[in-house]
Amino acid sequence: MILDGLAMTLSAVGFGFVFGLSARAAGFTAVDASAMSLFVFAGASQFAAVGYVASGFGWITIVLLTALLNSRHFLYSAAIAPYFSRERASTRAAMAFVLTDEAFAMSMSHFKRIGHGDRRAYWIAAVGLMFIPWNIASLAGVLVGGQIVDPRQFGLDIIFPAAMAGIAVALISGRRDFVAAISGAVIGVGLGLAIDPAVGIVSGGLFGPIVAMVAVRTPEGDTDVPMPVPAGPPD
Amino acid sequence: MCPCPCPPARPTELAARMDFGLVPLALLMAAVTYPWRAIPLLLPQVNRLPPAVRDYLKLVGPAMLATLAAVSVAVVVDASRTERSFHIGIEWLAVALCVAVAALRRSLLIGLVGAVLIVALARAAGLAA
Repeated sequence: MILDGLAMTLSAVGFGFVFGLSARAAGFTAVDASAMSLFVFAGASQFAAVGYVASGFGWITIVLLTALLNSRHFLYSAAIAPYFSRERASTRAAMAFVLTDEAFAMSMSHFKRIGHGDRRAYWIAAVGLMFIPWNIASLAGVLVGGQIVDPRQFGLDIIFPAAMAGIAVALISGRRDFVAAISGAVIGVGLGLAIDPAVGIVSGGLFGPIVAMVAVRTPEGDTDVPMPVPAGPPD
Repeated sequence: MCPCPCPPARPTELAARMDFGLVPLALLMAAVTYPWRAIPLLLPQVNRLPPAVRDYLKLVGPAMLATLAAVSVAVVVDASRTERSFHIGIEWLAVALCVAVAALRRSLLIGLVGAVLIVALARAAGLAA
């Protein structure tokens, strides 16, 4: 988990820095970009928002698209909720604030490995490895962005998709997982091209698992994965 | 023009006022994001979900993350965000390398570094846009 954690931090730093650069190029101030990283803390939708602002979209449209794109967090939250069902409501509310793709992926692979929830590991993953580096890097991107001509020349734009794909692989433990991943990707790209990338992303996440459940009737690898056991007593 | 006798705002003051222009947008975006993250976590008795729902939720992670990666690499949107196109390029190879390293070596860090290097070198050599 430590190496994966370092990879996630690298991803957060690189991706956050590129976000800062993009935001600066779109006319965001340091306060604007930092507010987005601090309050929204959802990289994909922040990037999309930068593009929408730069393209002159209205705020209502941007907010609706943000809601659509981030609706996947509902599924993440539902997936990790059983592991934290005995935590205080206030703790779970705070956990929800920092729930991201990366925090979810790191936590779930760790929980699956140890067979139960681990509150401390979640905080380390969500805050220590993601929230803090992301915010520092995005601010740095805005502040020093003027000195960097084109971040793409350093290959920084590949960090996010490569990290997502790598984490997806870590979560695959059976044929069903594999089919869900492939189905989701195909659906996502198809609808992303036909309608909008945000629609594709949400649809792939929603319908990929359904395709897998229909196509692979007998669970294989998943059946031997321990069911969630609540983490220790509330603090 | 302000009719009151107050001195005109200096450029730095104007800039400072404009600095908060997109903060309300950030707050609105946060307001529509947080409920998605919080509602399932705050629902009581969520650990009594039916087995089929649990099975579904277990599959959400790989499906959603693979979708994010695929859409990020394969779908390109133009500057006006109205035209979409299918993209094939060095990014596919870079992501494939990262996936292979993650699967075979169980090291996401090495995979990420390799992916970045491939893309950076290909662009530096003029082999990719």
